[in-house]
Amino acid sequence: MASPFSFFGGFKLTFQHLTRPTVTTSYPQAKRPKQPRQHGRHVLNRYEDGMEKCIGCELCAGVCPVNCIFVRGLDNPPDHPVSPGERYGYVYEINYLRCIHCDLCVEACPTQAITESKMFEFSFTNRADAIYTKAELLVDDQGFPQRLPWEDWREGEAAMTGGWMRATSPSGDASYEGVVQWTGDLGVGVRAPEAGQSDHRDDAATGSKQLRNVFPRHLEPEDVPLDQRGIAARVKSARARMPRRRKDAT
Amino acid sequence: MNWLASVDPLFAHGVTWVVLLIVVIKVVAGFSMLMGSVILMIWFERKAISDMQSRIGPQRWGPFGLLQTLADGLKLILKEDLVPAEADRFVFKLAPYLVLLPALVTFAIIPIGGTLTIAGHPVMLQVVNPPMGILLMLAMSGISVYGVMLAGWSSGSKYPLLSSVRATAQMISYEAALGMTIVTIVLVTGSLSVHNIVTSQAGGVWHWNIIRLGLVPFIVFIIAITAELNRPPFDVVEAESELVGGFHTEYSSFRFAIFFLAEYMNTITMSAIIVTLFLGGPAGWVPSVPHLRWVFPILWFLVKTVGFAFCYIWFRASLPRFRYDQLMDLGWKRLIPLSLGWMLIVAGFLVAKGWGFFMGATVLLAWTLLTRAFEIGAVRESGAESVLPTVGERPLPGGVLRSMTDEEDD
Repeated sequence: MASPFSFFGGFKLTFQHLTRPTVTTSYPQAKRPKQPRQHGRHVLNRYEDGMEKCIGCELCAGVCPVNCIFVRGLDNPPDHPVSPGERYGYVYEINYLRCIHCDLCVEACPTQAITESKMFEFSFTNRADAIYTKAELLVDDQGFPQRLPWEDWREGEAAMTGGWMRATSPSGDASYEGVVQWTGDLGVGVRAPEAGQSDHRDDAATGSKQLRNVFPRHLEPEDVPLDQRGIAARVKSARARMPRRRKDAT
Repeated sequence: MNWLASVDPLFAHGVTWVVLLIVVIKVVAGFSMLMGSVILMIWFERKAISDMQSRIGPQRWGPFGLLQTLADGLKLILKEDLVPAEADRFVFKLAPYLVLLPALVTFAIIPIGGTLTIAGHPVMLQVVNPPMGILLMLAMSGISVYGVMLAGWSSGSKYPLLSSVRATAQMISYEAALGMTIVTIVLVTGSLSVHNIVTSQAGGVWHWNIIRLGLVPFIVFIIAITAELNRPPFDVVEAESELVGGFHTEYSSFRFAIFFLAEYMNTITMSAIIVTLFLGGPAGWVPSVPHLRWVFPILWFLVKTVGFAFCYIWFRASLPRFRYDQLMDLGWKRLIPLSLGWMLIVAGFLVAKGWGFFMGATVLLAWTLLTRAFEIGAVRESGAESVLPTVGERPLPGGVLRSMTDEEDD
């Protein structure tokens, strides 16, 4: 039997929240950091020697639940091949009026040719712009996604493409978690494995952040990590914020 | 002319043009104050509830988003004004005003300060002080039920219709408890006039009705008035998860804005009514500042009213919505017997102490019997000896029962 005063626990909780900082941000002015596995606009990758990874197999188009991908493959020209395989993606189009950013295409791709960047802030004013062709999707000669005039790219969004692929182990086999099974990308090299549930965890290389480290003040007291409790942790976090404040001031 | 003076000392020396001007100014000031405070109330509610939910809330229009309500109103006025094809056009257009007018009228009886002297005339800071006073508030809340009911009925749509049925039942059941607590206050005051109710509470916190009547009428009143306002947790009339938008589902544009306006107007008015009836209205500590003594009662009134407005927002942020049968149980089985019993006890004590204790004992006995009756009813309905098949805790509806017995006959 709960205490009769437990009825007022709800009132206490809502009142406490008055004093807590907000979780939401004032969006266009202040933007929250994106998660490393954010599903954004696709990119078509190249190998480190500049060859295209896409082999025109159409698996992405087959798996797409909303039929937004259109691919046609063509035999590689023997004198100057586009991809190392037999065929290459001759036509590659994604209709972003239909895409739901489920990343099934990334999962289906046998050569990690298609991955997703973290950039989702792009708007277009006509239907033709909504259909991205190979000319827009393919990475540039430095290996980074092209920045189109109507897209709003932010720092670090181009660097961490393919977070989803690096996060999962093949066929769900836990023993492969954190094992590199992918080829290098032009301009980036072989990407570090994403932090998983095992001990393979390199947050500095992958940019992973646990949500509880981002908003500790919105957790229940018992869920706050031990090193973030008490006055010492407050001082530590305040110190961590200091340089950023100085930069803002100048 | 004599009876006018008994209502308001302003009319003691007859109705001159100065008196007329003062009355007009009072009406205009009361109206604009209510309108202004509605805008602030909507902003306050949205800001406070977003803080309680760790959100930011309105922030784009004006400083701290203060002009958000104006922007919303402007947007609503510019929207297309739809009348459904199945609607009863006249009633459909009438209903919003049936909700708005009572909301406006109720505010008129609330004293927001003491008495001023302007141009030799004593002016009560109250738009009007009718002799039947608090009954006007009950009457007006009764009329606003018509607005909600007719709005739902005339929409020609099923969700608004269900909502209007709920509104009628809910308002009637809670109005009884509401009336009974008001009777308790009127018994103690000996007058229906709101001005007299306030003056009878003068002289310190211990004379306020909340203490003088023993807290129970206050609690019953605040619950019943929340139900009367259709505010959470009693907002089954507008339950979004069940009835889309409730009675105003089919309304758009300015008529929807009127419903919205009236709802918040009522919230402010009812906060003010609680303050008036239970917390001594404008009563409070007044420092001896020359020429500014009249400001402090108004400030006290504002502080108390905003406090209760905040309480409504707090309720909304904290409590989940009542199920419809729980709502009816609370109204009929708890609040009405409680307020009725308390009224009898208070009445007994007003006659003599002995009568008070006698009434107390009687009410206690009656309460015990009533509780036992509810228990027996609950056992017969769904207990071990129940003959009715049940789903969860509830007996099956009659139609289902009949079809089940028909099958057995076959």
